[in-house]
Amino acid sequence: MLKDITLGQYFPGDTVVHRLDPRTKLILTVVYIVALFTANTWLGYALVLAALLSVAALGRIPPKAMLRGMKPLVFIIVFTGILNLFFTAADDVIFQWRFIKITGTGLRNAVSMILRVLLLVSGTFLLTYTTSPLAITDGMERLLTPLKRLRVPVYELSLMMSIALRFIPTLIEETDRIMSAQKARGADMETGSLIQRAKALLPLLIPLFVSAFRRADELATAMECRCYNGGEGRTRMKTLHMERRDLIAFLLGAALLAGVIALRRLGI
Amino acid sequence: MLMEVRGLTHVYSAGTPFEKIAVDGLDLDLEAGTVVGLIGHTGSGKSTLIQHLNALLKPTSGAVLLHGEDIFASKTSMYKTRFRVGLVFQYPEYQLFEETVYRDIAFGPKNQKLPDEQIDIRVRGAMAFVGLPEDILEKSPLDLSGGQKRRVAIAGVLAMDPELLILDEPTAGLDPAGREELLQNLFHWREAMEATILLVTHDMSAAARCDSLVVLDRGRAVMRGAPAEVFAHGETLQSLGLDLPEAAHIAMLLRERGVDIPSDVYTLDRLREAILALRTRKEGAAC
Repeated sequence: MLKDITLGQYFPGDTVVHRLDPRTKLILTVVYIVALFTANTWLGYALVLAALLSVAALGRIPPKAMLRGMKPLVFIIVFTGILNLFFTAADDVIFQWRFIKITGTGLRNAVSMILRVLLLVSGTFLLTYTTSPLAITDGMERLLTPLKRLRVPVYELSLMMSIALRFIPTLIEETDRIMSAQKARGADMETGSLIQRAKALLPLLIPLFVSAFRRADELATAMECRCYNGGEGRTRMKTLHMERRDLIAFLLGAALLAGVIALRRLGI
Repeated sequence: MLMEVRGLTHVYSAGTPFEKIAVDGLDLDLEAGTVVGLIGHTGSGKSTLIQHLNALLKPTSGAVLLHGEDIFASKTSMYKTRFRVGLVFQYPEYQLFEETVYRDIAFGPKNQKLPDEQIDIRVRGAMAFVGLPEDILEKSPLDLSGGQKRRVAIAGVLAMDPELLILDEPTAGLDPAGREELLQNLFHWREAMEATILLVTHDMSAAARCDSLVVLDRGRAVMRGAPAEVFAHGETLQSLGLDLPEAAHIAMLLRERGVDIPSDVYTLDRLREAILALRTRKEGAAC
């Protein structure tokens, strides 16, 4: 059951979107978010949505997968929607029943907030769907390299991130195993009051922490045995290269941003 | 019959591209009071199979009967089965969590809702069976040596006083002396409690000491019988990626070179007898 959780949710593939340099994708995701929050007209949102859908189509992301990713957000979306719908103070009332009052501005706010949340989340999903977690880490490291001047330990941070990503499946497996082992001794983790259930988690959490520390220790020893030292002078097996498609992607991203700004200026 | 497994099938991730049939229509009978060895290479479905026997996993189809009763009949029967069928996972030492050895071993009996005096008897009894001294009872299980931790973890399952004890590679990672001692302790426990053991193992010297063996391959039982019968098919076992006990291996190599060694030889003692018998026969012929 725990095995069903996918983290990073990477969909392997070989489309143009997959082949883009992770740096390009990271920057364009930021551009996309800026464009999304610059847009303030329906036409602007439509433009952003069109950009999103065309990238999803290019990356051959199944629509089902996109929708499934939205599931955990239903609560937030409904909450923002209701909040904006009923609690916007404005004069253009279009519906009133006792103390419930819906205003035109409220309705517009609610729809645009929901749209924004949906577009924001699905946009970032596109990044994680088409880029492997390791590639993202790699790209981040390269993008953050200038911060080294400010003594930010960029290399160490990205190493930590890749190690964390690497160990997520291992720890999930371990959790599954310890859970089964404790259940085999009659541990009951599913019934009882909240406090009982929290207590019942101890037989799972303690061995899990112990083994996480043990693994960390072993990994550190193994790295030291191979004379590992990070950062300076280290080369990579896969170096990142910007290609023509990256240039085209940047141009398209710039066009999107320019379009949204123009629509905002014109107010349509 | 203590336990009957009928047409057990377990499919992981059914209906997705990752679909995998781990156990495929398996039948298995466990007779009360025997030691049954379950052998098979990695990924043959052993671990999936044994988690059905104490109702941790639900089968895709098929049934598991304990004393003729379906263990999956209700939630209560599934829960109760966990105490009647003790399951020791591979590397059980990583599941220890309590502050003291005593409390860790008492975890199972406590979940059984036994009275404290009863728990105390069970804990001390289990400690004795796995050969642990009583003075470590108040220590933290994390301060023990690897071998001791393993014993504490096994004692934690023995303390539930199961009718059927299933162990997944209990001797993995132990030195030869430790392996031997642990096996002896387990066999001794089985005799004293008149229980049944299902031993999952790669260690053929352990398999050779079972009453009967079941060989698993791709979720099916491909061979079963007494060790002598199973080890007589050395080539088949090797083609399944399994080892032979040393003596059976030597006997097989000798047979390949035309030496007349009976095919049911799988212990060193029997091998020596067979070779000595050859020599006396030869000397008899020379006279």
